[in-house]
Parts: sequence; structure tokens; C-alpha cells
Amino acid sequence: MSVMEQDSAGAPARASLLNDPKARGIFYQLVLVVALVTLGYVIVTNTIANLERQNIASGWGFVGNTAGFGTNQSLVEYSETSSYGRALFVGFLNTLLVAGVGIFFATVIGFIIGIARLSNNWVINRLAYCYVELVRNIPLLLQIFFWYFAVLRSIPSKREKWSLFDTFHLNIGGLRLPKPIMGTGSEWVGYALLIGIAAAFLVARWARKRQEATGQPFPSFLTGLGLILMLPILTYFVMGMPISLEHPNFVETGPILRQGFELNVGLNVIPEFLALTAALAIYTASFIAEIVRAGIQAVSHGQTEAAHALGLRNGPTLRLVVIPQAMRVIIPPLTSQYLNLTKNSSLAVAIAYPDLVSMGGTVLNQTGQAIEIIGIWMVVYLSLSLITSAFMNWYNQRMALVER
Amino acid sequence: MSNKFLPLVIGAAMGVAATTAAGATTLEDVKAKGFIQCGVSQGLPGFSNPDAQGNWTGIDVDYCRAMAAAVFGDASAVKYTPLSAKERFTALQSGEVDVLSRNTTWTMSRDTQLGLNFAGVNYYDGQGFMVRKDLGVTSALELSGASVCTNTGTTTELNVADYFRANNMPYEIVAFEKADEVVAAYDAGRCDVYTTDASGLYAQRLKLTNPGDHMVLPEIISKEPLGPVVRQGDDEWFNIAKWTLNAMLNAEELGVTSENVDEMKSSDNPSIKRLLGVEGAFGEAIGLPNDWAYAIIKNVGNYEESFNANVGPDTPLGISRGVNALWNDGGFMYAPPVR
Repeated sequence: MSVMEQDSAGAPARASLLNDPKARGIFYQLVLVVALVTLGYVIVTNTIANLERQNIASGWGFVGNTAGFGTNQSLVEYSETSSYGRALFVGFLNTLLVAGVGIFFATVIGFIIGIARLSNNWVINRLAYCYVELVRNIPLLLQIFFWYFAVLRSIPSKREKWSLFDTFHLNIGGLRLPKPIMGTGSEWVGYALLIGIAAAFLVARWARKRQEATGQPFPSFLTGLGLILMLPILTYFVMGMPISLEHPNFVETGPILRQGFELNVGLNVIPEFLALTAALAIYTASFIAEIVRAGIQAVSHGQTEAAHALGLRNGPTLRLVVIPQAMRVIIPPLTSQYLNLTKNSSLAVAIAYPDLVSMGGTVLNQTGQAIEIIGIWMVVYLSLSLITSAFMNWYNQRMALVER
Repeated sequence: MSNKFLPLVIGAAMGVAATTAAGATTLEDVKAKGFIQCGVSQGLPGFSNPDAQGNWTGIDVDYCRAMAAAVFGDASAVKYTPLSAKERFTALQSGEVDVLSRNTTWTMSRDTQLGLNFAGVNYYDGQGFMVRKDLGVTSALELSGASVCTNTGTTTELNVADYFRANNMPYEIVAFEKADEVVAAYDAGRCDVYTTDASGLYAQRLKLTNPGDHMVLPEIISKEPLGPVVRQGDDEWFNIAKWTLNAMLNAEELGVTSENVDEMKSSDNPSIKRLLGVEGAFGEAIGLPNDWAYAIIKNVGNYEESFNANVGPDTPLGISRGVNALWNDGGFMYAPPVR
């Protein structure tokens, strides 16, 4: 080493290319790249050759064929006569739905528990501690089975129900809700909602700028909430109430099989979705709670003391001083938890929730196109993860300390 | 082709692909490793089911043991790989198992598009429905509006969709990955109906909390010829697979059982002589010793013995021979002669 250092530090190196560290570096990198590309090429050609030799059909032609199987949850129009591609799309949307709802609840529960972990109230503090230790140390699959099989057995059978306000009904067939029926003109209510959100956003920006410039506060939260709620409601009445509710129909007479909730009337949230969302949200929340606690504890206690010295009470101290600083520590590990939740949602297959892996598995079995289906799975989960992390990185940059 | 020398560059990395590409025949592979790797179900009483000690029994297991007896003269030279419905074909295609004997329905697309060959039918099945007796349903046509539990990735899922659509009945499908979870969900009351092959319904009913509260409806809505499967492109192994099954059927037809097979060797009946390898060289023609069928019958028994021991009327499943009786006894079972 010392010889080489002398060479590079002294007069222009006269050693041959063979001994030039830069040239050798480039050479090894090239060798690595060529080897990787060759490996990829060999794997692909070999696979294709093997598939052909074994007479296994391959290619993407199957995507347009009729699927022929049904599903118990689809967000878009789907029937047995739809194509395999459509079936995969239904599974993809179901994955998005469970991941999105799961992330929302995991974040809410996680923040509450994380803050409770730091509470001065001994009971709250210990309860949160027990929650975290209990939930994060039990494998997720067992929790999913618990929520599905154990809880399922304790709720009423298909011929009975639990009702809340005569609007929400729960039994083993799922959670039944009134279903909104969109009449003509209902799209305007949707537009009004979008305009309301945009207006609330603009008002909030304007209010913040004004407060920064003049120090005058403006109740932007209440104004925003009013805009978001009132605009669609006004439009709804102006358009002559185009949205009606279809209530679930509970039949109590006739043959026993027909008793209970009528199929396809009202909105049914299937128990598989409820169990999976509950398991994913509660499991991930225990990790988020620890991340939140760690993030808050990473903010120097001097900040809290300084805020108290300025006369801020506990709530505003947490909301305006501690959390914004803690977010910088929280967001990167929070991103990993979101990614984990999305990927863990593939455990759905164990309890009959028709997510991408479950639907894809059925397609795989009907068509035998293992390589194509596994390729789709990998690309979809990879893209979902990359999109989530891109969004969280953008958010992280916004929250980052602006150095002046 | 360029990928002839490329593996040299990469060397060991591609070892796996290279060996499967230019590998020996399945029979040579099997002889070299000393046992047959047999793909079975994850636990279906009567067909392939492990006991508490991990010993597998069942009609599909007997087929694997018969193949081992034919090849090695030893029915225990088998290792079992439990496979889900979804994994089974890939496991066979990739060479993870040598033969798939896992209550698998013979369909055209499976036979022609997956690079597989069905060696015959060892059980003629059909899809049925099981319901709770207290529903008061007596026919599958009364199941409109029911929720139906089944396994994902099976022909069952397609048949039930066809049946309900054809009869214009709305339904809700709840499809699980593993049979145990289907049973648990049906038992918990998540579904009104459990559907799978009728034999499977009888077998799974034993796992329910109160088997007596459930009944199988009379309708059979599909043809499910179940049989063993091997890879396409290895005719020698395909022949062994076919004739293992045929030998068991022919033995029943000729009255040869595991008990009397030694006496039968001195029988005057030329058909029996040919089957047991006393006359002719039929074993050689499929790459096996001439007493291949003798070994099968001696070690495992004929088809009737296997049926009665695993699914027959005296077992908990209590299934009668029905269409699975021999052709001369009113059933479909018919094996080409050994000659």
C-alpha cells in the first residue's frame, strides 16, 4: 500500500495499466456487469428453451381468455365471463384497498399508542406497553387466523344479526351497510367535493402565509371543514337529492337458506376483509407505536421545557413543537412499516380474501402460466413499494430541517 | 446455440438448469437415488393422509407404493411431498417430484398445455355439495343465494361457477388455499355449502365438529376422473406409470390378490402367467424386471384391496364401489390386457 500511495502522490504514475488502480477498478466493474448481463441472458434463454422442450405453453395470450371463476369481493365489474386479466386487476385493487385501509388505521392506532407509551399516567402507559409487547411478538399469520376463525365463531350466525342504529348490521356473513345509489346528477356532488377540498387547501395556504406575514391567525381548519362538507351537501339539495340509500334486506321468513341478509342488496363488507384489515392494522400499529415513541424521545427535552417556558400547554407543545421535530426521525422507519404492511397483505390467501396473490394463484392453477403470474406478482409488489417509498421520501424532504 | 458455451462462463451458477436440460431419464434418476419422490395432497383421508407417526396411507399413496414396488421390488422406497392444489403442477414440471398422485382431475388443458401426461384414472369422482341438515335443503337446485366454501386453484371453483350460472342462481364464493381452512370456515358457519369432489366431502366430513349434522346432496355436477400424472416427453416413465395402474386393475379382474399371488404363479391361466411374469418378457419392455407386476401385487395388493382398505364400505369414509367397480361388474374400471 505504501508504495502505491507514493506513486499516486508523487510524479505521474508510470506503472503499467495492469497496476493502475483506476484502470483495474474499471476493469473489474466491467467484468461484473458483463457477468451479470450474461447470467440474466442465460437464465432467460434457458428458461424459454426448457419451457419449449417440455411443451409448456408460455406467453401472455392467456390474459384475454375467460376466467370462469367467481370472487366474493370486487371493486369493479367482474363476473365469471370476465377475462383472466380482469381477474388479476380485481385482485390488484383488492390488495390496494386492504393496504390503504390498513395503513390508515395502523397509523392512527400507532400514533395513539406511541404517545400513550410516554404518558405520565401509569395505567395508560402500562396498557400501551402491554399492547406493543403482546402484539408485535405474535406472528402475523396467527393473528390473522385469530381475527378470522376465533372472532368469526363469536359473532351471530347468518340467520341472526347485531344491529347498530338499525343501519349497521353484523353477522358471520359480514358487515352490512346501506349502499349509496348514484342517480343522475350525482356526479356533481362528487365535483363539489373535489372543489371543496381544493378550496380548503387554498384557504389553508393563504391563512398560513398571512399568519407568517402579519401574525394574524385565521380559523383555517374550521373554514376548510365547512367548505368540504357544505359544498357537496348544498349541491346535493340543489340537484334534487340524486343519491339514495339501499338498505340491506333481512329476510326472516321462508326456507332457512333464504333467511338472513339477501345477497347483493346493500353494501357488504366481507368478514375476510375485516379480519385481514384488523390483523394488519393492529400488528403494524405496534411497530409504528415504537417508532413514534422513539421519534418523540429523540427530541431534546429542552425543547419541551422551552415551550412550557413560553406558556404553551401540553397539547400545543406536543402538536407545534415536539411532533414536527419528531417527524424527521419517524418518517424513514415509518415508510418501511407501510411497505411491510403492503407486502404482508399477501397473507390474505390464508383466509380467502381475494387479493392479488389469491386471484393470481387461481389463474396460475387454471392456466399453468407460473412464470408469467409470478412475474406479475413481483412487478406489482415492487412498484407498489417503490411508489410508497417515493411518496414518503418526498414527504420526508418537505418535513426535513431547512438549513439556512 | 450460443447458450451451449455460455454456461461454461457462468459455471456452477447454472448447474441446476443445465442438469434438468440434459438430464437422464426419470427411471435412471429414480434408480440412482433409490426411491421415488411422490407428490401427494396435504392430507385427504382415504386418498393421501399422514398418521401421527408420519406414515402416509390412502389410495393415491398405494399407487406410489405400487410404482416403487414395480421399480425396486420394495413398496417402501417412496418419499412423499405434500403439495397444495396450486403448487402441484409446478412441482412436477420442475422435477421436484417424479410422479404426482394427488387426487388430480384429468382435463384437456392440463393434459395438453402443462407439459404433463395423465397415466390413467384411479378413481372416478364427481363434484358434490355438503350442507347442514337443518337447512332443510334436499337438492342443489335449492341453493340459490347461498355462500359456498371451496378450495382455490381447483376445477371445483370453475364447476361451481358454471353450475350456479347455468341454473341462474346467485351465490357467494369463499375460496381458501388449504382444505383445513375450508373445513374450519364451513364448520364456523361462514358458508352454507361446502363443495369439492364427492369423495373429498365424505373424507372432510369426518373432520367437522358434528359430522352427523351434515349431509351430502344427491347431485353430482361434474366429471372428475382422478389419476396419477407424470411429465410429458419421457415415454419410458409414462409407460411404467400407466402399467402400474393397469396391473392393479388386471390383478383384480383375474382374482390375483396379495394373499394368493404366490399360488397364482403356478396357475394355468395364460393371462395370469403373463401378468406375473411367468410367461413372456413384458417387464423388460418397460425397463423393469419381469416380475414387476408380481412385486406390485405382493407388496401393495390389487385395486380392490387398495380401495377397500382406504375408502371402501368398511372404512370411516364408507364409499361403495359404484362407478369405480370393474367393467364386468357394472363400473368404468377397464384395463387393457397384458399380452
